[in-house]
Amino acid sequence: MKILVPLKRVADPDNANKIKIPAGGAAIDTTGLEWKPNPFDEYAVETALRLTENGATPKTRAGEVVVVTFGPKETEATLRQALATGADKAVRVDAKDGELDGALVARALKTLVEREKPDLVLMGKQAVDGDSNQVGQMLARLLGWPQATFAATIKEEGGALLVGREVDGGVLSLRVKLPAVVTVDLRIVAPTSVYSKQTAPTFKYNEGVRFAALPAIMQAKKKPLAEVKLAELSADAALRIQYSTFEPPPARKAGIKVKDVPDLVNRLKNEAKVL
Amino acid sequence: MADILVVAEISDGSLKKTTHSAIAFAREAAKGLGGGFSILALGQGARAAAQELAGFGAKSVLVTDDASLANYVAERFENTVIEAAKQGGYAVVVATASSFGKDLMPRVAVALDAGFASDIAAVKAEGGKLVYKRPMFAGNAYGYCTLTTSVQVVTVRQSEFAPAEPSGGSSPAQDFPLAPPSPGAERVEFVSFDQVKSSRPSLGEAKVVVSGGRALKERFNEIIEPLADSLGAAIGASRAACDAGYAPSDYQVGQTGKIVAPRLYVAAGISGAIQHLAGMKGSKVIVAINKDPDAPIFQVADYGLVGDLFQIVPELTQAVRANKG
Repeated sequence: MKILVPLKRVADPDNANKIKIPAGGAAIDTTGLEWKPNPFDEYAVETALRLTENGATPKTRAGEVVVVTFGPKETEATLRQALATGADKAVRVDAKDGELDGALVARALKTLVEREKPDLVLMGKQAVDGDSNQVGQMLARLLGWPQATFAATIKEEGGALLVGREVDGGVLSLRVKLPAVVTVDLRIVAPTSVYSKQTAPTFKYNEGVRFAALPAIMQAKKKPLAEVKLAELSADAALRIQYSTFEPPPARKAGIKVKDVPDLVNRLKNEAKVL
Repeated sequence: MADILVVAEISDGSLKKTTHSAIAFAREAAKGLGGGFSILALGQGARAAAQELAGFGAKSVLVTDDASLANYVAERFENTVIEAAKQGGYAVVVATASSFGKDLMPRVAVALDAGFASDIAAVKAEGGKLVYKRPMFAGNAYGYCTLTTSVQVVTVRQSEFAPAEPSGGSSPAQDFPLAPPSPGAERVEFVSFDQVKSSRPSLGEAKVVVSGGRALKERFNEIIEPLADSLGAAIGASRAACDAGYAPSDYQVGQTGKIVAPRLYVAAGISGAIQHLAGMKGSKVIVAINKDPDAPIFQVADYGLVGDLFQIVPELTQAVRANKG
């Protein structure tokens, strides 16, 4: 199976509370924050690696994993990281961050998919900076491919995937025939979430995403990384969404520590009036 | 014409309450644009849902009731939404950002070549244009945005738009023809829906939420359920508790799980990772119970109680019951 995984780098999500919004709020200041791959995209890479594990000969993939990102030169670090964990090749679509919105990325990805001809596009369900949750769905519509969003489990069946989706109220299972677009949710990296035809149903993966060993990091530097111009992939570069200002959320006023349960109940009843 | 089209959510043959948040948005946006709104009831059971939707002040309720829509699949639903949007010439198409709206609406947007703003928290009109407020960066920033296209598609955050109440009147119901499925439809098959059955209120609608963390381990239900029941609360959980299998994944509160803003939120054994806080810090009153006095959850809690939750939560359950006496 050939799998295309789009990746986005985001300001370190565990420090998202440290983002700064300068006076006037014209832009978000991310200086001083570390760039990390969007966690959901890392999960998508891990899922792609699991689905292509155990090739016909030892240490080969049963297929190919291609990673792609949109951004300036320095975003190649994100791609190299994915190559080091096992992806085969990478594409960087050269663009400035401010030149992009979700719909433009989806249009450009459509062209790239037509060039690369993957059997599956696997991507994170959302990027944790913009929190939009949109590109996978848009891409599926543009391609006319079936979509399965918010995947928590994937099981490969002949030419199809059985996908367990985390939706409101429970888990909804869809069977999608390839080629398809699947977006992944948090629990896709649990030990028993992903099974290809090559992987025994009793096999348990390590929890979470894999880390690259040092030799793999060295080898990743030699793996192919192509650069493509955004204009080659989408002639229409108009943005559909424009942000004018940003503001921080209202701060919660500091609370108090209560001494025991009766104190708590008394305050909930008489002070907060919620009981 | 500057009207709004609300896409109602129908599941298992009945109208979902999430729809009322999209109606609340539509009323506000329609006021700003000087127009009205209509509702598209789409799904098996849409005819009955349309009756429920008749009293909200919509100009009309479009009804597409078809057995092929028994289970939601984007590729079978979307073209009807797209056709209704085109034929009515609506300025804005809106659904609530439930898993239904999140799955469907980006597709509708791209098909209409409409700008898309997801999960919006507020809307206002400025000079005849709508400005949307969106939470970003796990709720650590709000962005104000406009869409550059004449047709716009949005999803709204349920916890930020209080459900619309009926306003009387009777909107006329109009049959709207089912549009053919999308090209990918024959390659996607609904297999099953494994529903978490519960008699408690749903997380999105509950006035009180009791959430538990990983510290509860296998005793999650034994400890949390009695407190939730004494408060008439929905049950939530941290990601860690869901990942470990102590609570169903449907319980997860956070940036990428359920976003809640109840009157009272009780967090038991939840340390307060930034992603969890993003899902609950809009709550009116927050109570945190944790054995670690330095847990970040205490920074957002109105009332913090440091101690062993295995003692405190049952004691609190007793006290709440006694209070109701």
